Amino acid sequence: MQDLSRADLAEQVIPSLQEIQERLGYIPREAITWLADKLHLSEQEIYGVASFYNNFRFTPPGKHHLRICLGTACHVQGGDRLLAATSEKLGIKPGDTTPDGRYSLERVACVGCCALAPAVVLDDEVHGRTTQRSLKRLLDSVDREDRKAEKSEGDSQ
Amino acid sequence: MSPGNESEQNILEIRVCRGTGCESARAHQLLEALKKEVANKGLEDKVRIKTIGCHGFCEQGPVITVEPEGLFYCQVDEKDVDEIVESHVICGKPVERLFYTEPTTGKIIPKYEDIPFYKGQKKVVLRNCGEIDPGSIDEYIEKGGYDGLRKALLEMKPEQVIGQVLKSGLRGRGGAGFPTGLKWKFGRGSKSDKKYVVCNADEGDPGAFMDGAILVADPHSVLEGLIVAAYSIGADEGFVYVRHEYPQAVDSIKKAILDARRRGFLGKDILGSGFSFDLSVKEGAGAFVCGEETALMTSIEGNRGTPRPRPPFPTDSGLWGKPTCINNVKTLATIPIILRRGAEWFSSIGTEKSKGTAIFSLTGKVKNTGLVEVPMGTTLRHIIFNVGGGIQGDAKFKAVQTGGPSGGCLPADKLDLPVDYDSLTQAGTIMGSGGMIVMDETTCMVDVARYFLSFTQAESCGKCTPCRMGTLEMLRILDKIKSGNGEEGDIEKLQEIAITVKEGSLCGLGQTAPNPVLTTIRYFRDEYEAHIRDRICPAEVCKALIKYVIVPEKCIGCGACLRICPANAITGKKNEVHVISDDLCIKCGACFEVCPPKATAIDKIPAYHGGGH
Repeated sequence: MQDLSRADLAEQVIPSLQEIQERLGYIPREAITWLADKLHLSEQEIYGVASFYNNFRFTPPGKHHLRICLGTACHVQGGDRLLAATSEKLGIKPGDTTPDGRYSLERVACVGCCALAPAVVLDDEVHGRTTQRSLKRLLDSVDREDRKAEKSEGDSQ
Repeated sequence: MSPGNESEQNILEIRVCRGTGCESARAHQLLEALKKEVANKGLEDKVRIKTIGCHGFCEQGPVITVEPEGLFYCQVDEKDVDEIVESHVICGKPVERLFYTEPTTGKIIPKYEDIPFYKGQKKVVLRNCGEIDPGSIDEYIEKGGYDGLRKALLEMKPEQVIGQVLKSGLRGRGGAGFPTGLKWKFGRGSKSDKKYVVCNADEGDPGAFMDGAILVADPHSVLEGLIVAAYSIGADEGFVYVRHEYPQAVDSIKKAILDARRRGFLGKDILGSGFSFDLSVKEGAGAFVCGEETALMTSIEGNRGTPRPRPPFPTDSGLWGKPTCINNVKTLATIPIILRRGAEWFSSIGTEKSKGTAIFSLTGKVKNTGLVEVPMGTTLRHIIFNVGGGIQGDAKFKAVQTGGPSGGCLPADKLDLPVDYDSLTQAGTIMGSGGMIVMDETTCMVDVARYFLSFTQAESCGKCTPCRMGTLEMLRILDKIKSGNGEEGDIEKLQEIAITVKEGSLCGLGQTAPNPVLTTIRYFRDEYEAHIRDRICPAEVCKALIKYVIVPEKCIGCGACLRICPANAITGKKNEVHVISDDLCIKCGACFEVCPPKATAIDKIPAYHGGGH
């Protein structure tokens, strides 16, 4: 019976981590402590599982989360060159967030948009057939909208 | 026929594809615009707007089809909505400019069934994809859905169902090709108070989207297959393990489970048969190795997804030590139609040892990218040149990759190879789950091998040494070759380590990881040699071996390259010749891409002129 309940608790680790990340955007240190306590497991056990899987991040994402797909079709169609250019433009490596917290950049293995490669995902919206130019336009338009929003916020105050 | 039915027949049905490809091309906005316009004009009694899953021809997305005529509109934009409604719905005149144009002949083809991409296929498993609204269990039932389950549960004993599946010759579509009926027989034979079934939808192969597309377009066929599997082996609980990176697929299968439960296809005493079964969804957390069945089970149990040695096989000792039967999405989606149309019918399709159809996500440098289904035994040439329409820009075909990181690359002289489990294995690759990536002269085979190996190296769980260290060492050698520092003997060293990794690794990931390297050496050895001996990348891909230059005579000084360059490596005044700084250039190729066609002033040249060391 003891074993069974332990197995039941272990089964909850991944779904719980997923829910934490869904709500907070990342897995903070305190969340691991909290979850370990709740599931009667050690922090090491929780962190061991969390760090094994690519989807979990331990730093807060940027305001805009940009994922560049490097699946095979995207690689063949120049996805790595898009990543190199974007990484240079934002001044950060994949996995990092810009110092102003506006962008986080990530490489993903495949988002299933292979037929319209190369694909990028900006804030959960998939964009296919991305070119260096269209990606620049996309980021420029995000910048513009953010500036507009900031301005109207400033005006209303 | 009643007048009600007649008016029903006069209703147009506009089907909007919401597959991942079409979604990325703003299908959602198109759908909303279409609904709004129809409502604005008060045309709800004349036209029905329906959402469908992947219709297959992603390259032309967003696509919509209009029934009952079977018309096909491609690359539809929100701006086209007014015209579609005004001309097609109100005046009955289809919008011809949105029809598909066959690129080689320039012929306009209004109906999708006449388009070569569709004509060259045989839809068996994908029969409902693009036909039904995946969110409607009623539409699935109308197409004969859950008939197979009814038949199995009410008219057949589990052993009879297994007999049918065995007789059909169906082999596992996850890639390994193990006979499905045999797996079920082992599962049935295991004595236990508790058994599980699992649908493996952890489609981790980069460059493959078949399983995700099926879950989005026709989730109930997968569910029906899984319930039949559970009945056959005697399981009362199951899981669908699906990638978190496929949010649409997760939602789709979750909704399907709720609807099926409500209709009594899941839960206690299903259809009054006395058989009870229920299941839940587990989302993967981004680990390629979890596509391997023993790692998948470890992950469901809540641990780091590392594989376990086999035997014991999962059908003897699987989830929590209980007998567990794990099948791929496509395998399960095939079961309902085998039950409905019979094992003989199914086994009449395909080759002697590979029955039925093969599903591929056809991508890369091919004209018609998308989701494709053909009978087993169809040649690669038919898939790439008839269905796929040939190579983009009419460039020269170089290679086709199947099986993802576990597979290999085949050259032009293998194009007439029939696609079946055994022929592909013999040629050095594998059938795999269904990724098919076409490559042309601009693809470097050393780079492709390095790409796959960097993937498997990063995804290796680290449990066994041959895989953990072997892939790292192979990657190191490939990096050396790509950077122009390759040495004589490197190719042989790669081959030697490859064999150790293949033979010594614990699970399928390591056992197959060297395949992309081995096949590229086998078929494209001269390219490796060009990198090593001449420090030249013939495809002009490997960054260390090329550089970008602006040809002064061609440069028109438009400044497009200067503006896009993320490294500020380009200088030059307006209307004057621009220059790229070698020191600052990161070789991302952005300038190459934006240089206007009238100039084409940017050139890729070998970084080492003299060649050699």
